[in-house]
Amino acid sequence: MSNGRLLAAVIGAATVAFVVIGTVWPGSSAVAYAGGEGLLRTSSTPEAAVQKLGDEIRLLAWESAYSSLGNKAQFTEPEFMHDLTGYHLSLRSYATLEKFEVLPLHASDNEAEVQLRLHWSTVVGTFTNTRNLRVVKNGDRWDVDWPLVKEPIVPPQVLAVNYLRWDVIYRGAGDDWGAQDVEAPHVRIVDMHPVQRAEGVVILGELLNEDVVPAYVSVRATLLSKSGSSIASEGSFDKISPILLPKQVTPFFINFPNATLSDVGSIRMEPLSALVSASADPVIEIENQRLNPAPDASLTGQLVNQSGQVVNIAHVLATLYDKTGQVVWVADQYTDRALLPQTPVPFDIHIPEDLARRVSSERTVTATYSVGGFQ
Amino acid sequence: MRFRFAFLLGGLALATLQSARAEGGSMNLPKTVEAGTAFSIPSTGSGKAVLYIVGPGQVLMRNVQLGETTSFPAGSLYNAGHYLAVLVAGSSTDNGSFDVVPVSQPTNLSFLAKPSRLPVGLHDGISGAVYVFDAYHNLITVPTPVSFELSDPSGTVQERKVVTHDGAAWTEMDSTAKEGIDKFGARVDGVSSTRVVEQVPGDPCSLKMSVLQSGQRLEVKTEPVRDCSGNAVPDGTIVTFTENYDSTQSTVDVPLKHGIAQVEMPAHPGARISVASGVVMGNEIHWQR
Repeated sequence: MSNGRLLAAVIGAATVAFVVIGTVWPGSSAVAYAGGEGLLRTSSTPEAAVQKLGDEIRLLAWESAYSSLGNKAQFTEPEFMHDLTGYHLSLRSYATLEKFEVLPLHASDNEAEVQLRLHWSTVVGTFTNTRNLRVVKNGDRWDVDWPLVKEPIVPPQVLAVNYLRWDVIYRGAGDDWGAQDVEAPHVRIVDMHPVQRAEGVVILGELLNEDVVPAYVSVRATLLSKSGSSIASEGSFDKISPILLPKQVTPFFINFPNATLSDVGSIRMEPLSALVSASADPVIEIENQRLNPAPDASLTGQLVNQSGQVVNIAHVLATLYDKTGQVVWVADQYTDRALLPQTPVPFDIHIPEDLARRVSSERTVTATYSVGGFQ
Repeated sequence: MRFRFAFLLGGLALATLQSARAEGGSMNLPKTVEAGTAFSIPSTGSGKAVLYIVGPGQVLMRNVQLGETTSFPAGSLYNAGHYLAVLVAGSSTDNGSFDVVPVSQPTNLSFLAKPSRLPVGLHDGISGAVYVFDAYHNLITVPTPVSFELSDPSGTVQERKVVTHDGAAWTEMDSTAKEGIDKFGARVDGVSSTRVVEQVPGDPCSLKMSVLQSGQRLEVKTEPVRDCSGNAVPDGTIVTFTENYDSTQSTVDVPLKHGIAQVEMPAHPGARISVASGVVMGNEIHWQR
């Protein structure tokens, strides 16, 4: 009994001691997150100035970040903040700066160029934003000139849009057995191809809505062993364009981590579709699509929103084919910025190096999400 | 659940009473009883007894005077099936069985028509299945003629006559070449049920587009899109325009509006512009300034 009391007294005393130590001599990160200056470097070198700016951006210390800029007279603090977080609601609005890298490009006594790579974290993955910063010596410190990307200005205009929507009235709860419900959209897998990758088995394919109504779609695949037993079952999740308008085709990508294709006897595919209310707008044009060869193989292009409303998030899905028209890969990317009307937004989708040589053609589609939807 | 309980009850009653035989009482059961009709069970012997009737979903108990006829009014037994009857007189029992059969006059139809929406011109694309029931929702298993009719908006009627087998009849019909709302009906002896089947246009046929330069852009527009039967393909159907030039490609998925799809694309001399909808390809244009 006395041993227990002694142990409790020791733990209590240690806790008090640690609290006092932490309060009197806090860690630098704790100070920074509490609003102090502990984590922030001085601006004694170009790299340090950019490091300090990166720290301030990560801490969302917009006021101090803005006040440290050498060219702040050229724009306002809200413009600086929106340049990083987006002028309109988009993935950037809720992104957090996970980390950043500072890469000196060149320097002289009074001026330097430093690259700042910002790695943002979002609900759909990470994206990187690179800015080349001019850093100028100002007395005993260095000031960063921020290369502000101003919000594109859409010229005042009126766009005549004939909105097209589908609304659905479903079967009521009181309907008798045998009464008809609205028919689910007819969808069809028009291509399917399993691929063995280092990380597991991947199933690639394309799904067509062959109906005259919009469909909410997904695809589920089950790997079956040679004896017919189930090995694993996975869905396409977000690697598909979920709303398919009539006669629209989407690629899909289903990943089976740690699976081996040689163990698979057959694959059961289940395309799922449900009738949903949907809008035929917005129309997104995908301009200047170009397959860039290895190294750093990629598919680049630009999205142009041809409607009059802002598209908050766009998801680009690309199907890559070989010379025979066989699907060899499905790649995707979310745009981190909102799509303004008539304003091109670039995308750059990485293609695995080993597959890039086999890619002969591609087909790209977009899925879009707008706050409040297109009504 | 109700049926299982009734059978359990019946089984328990029989298990309890099976060992004894009626000494002074017996009954004369009908072979069949039409559901919902009145019937009677005469008995022999003397004294008092209890008559149990146990069947699917129903249990009846009557105190009877042996030697008299016990009458059951209309509606006493209405679930079709095999029934057990047990007459208990003191320590003796008599038991037997009879069938309750559905009423021969159909009153209800369960009509399943599939699909509710399909493309025009599909052979055997529409299927209909009918289950024939009497007024008490018993499946009528005697062969019954069923008439199926599919009528399109122009008044053309397809008709099939099928005789039920074990209470069910089914048929298949072709969708017609004309889009619209069809009525699919099933009729049995004055009882009918109708379903609506929507016939929608099929895949676009001979998809054709034209290109017009408008400043630095090309105005690409399809002709009115129709299926191979001449029906207008519905608005909202996606038409994909693809422009290839100098190893670069531009694509855009455009919904049909007012029967046509149109979009502006970059003007690149020498570009090849193609059009497709679903798995149907249209014409290709080699654009020269």
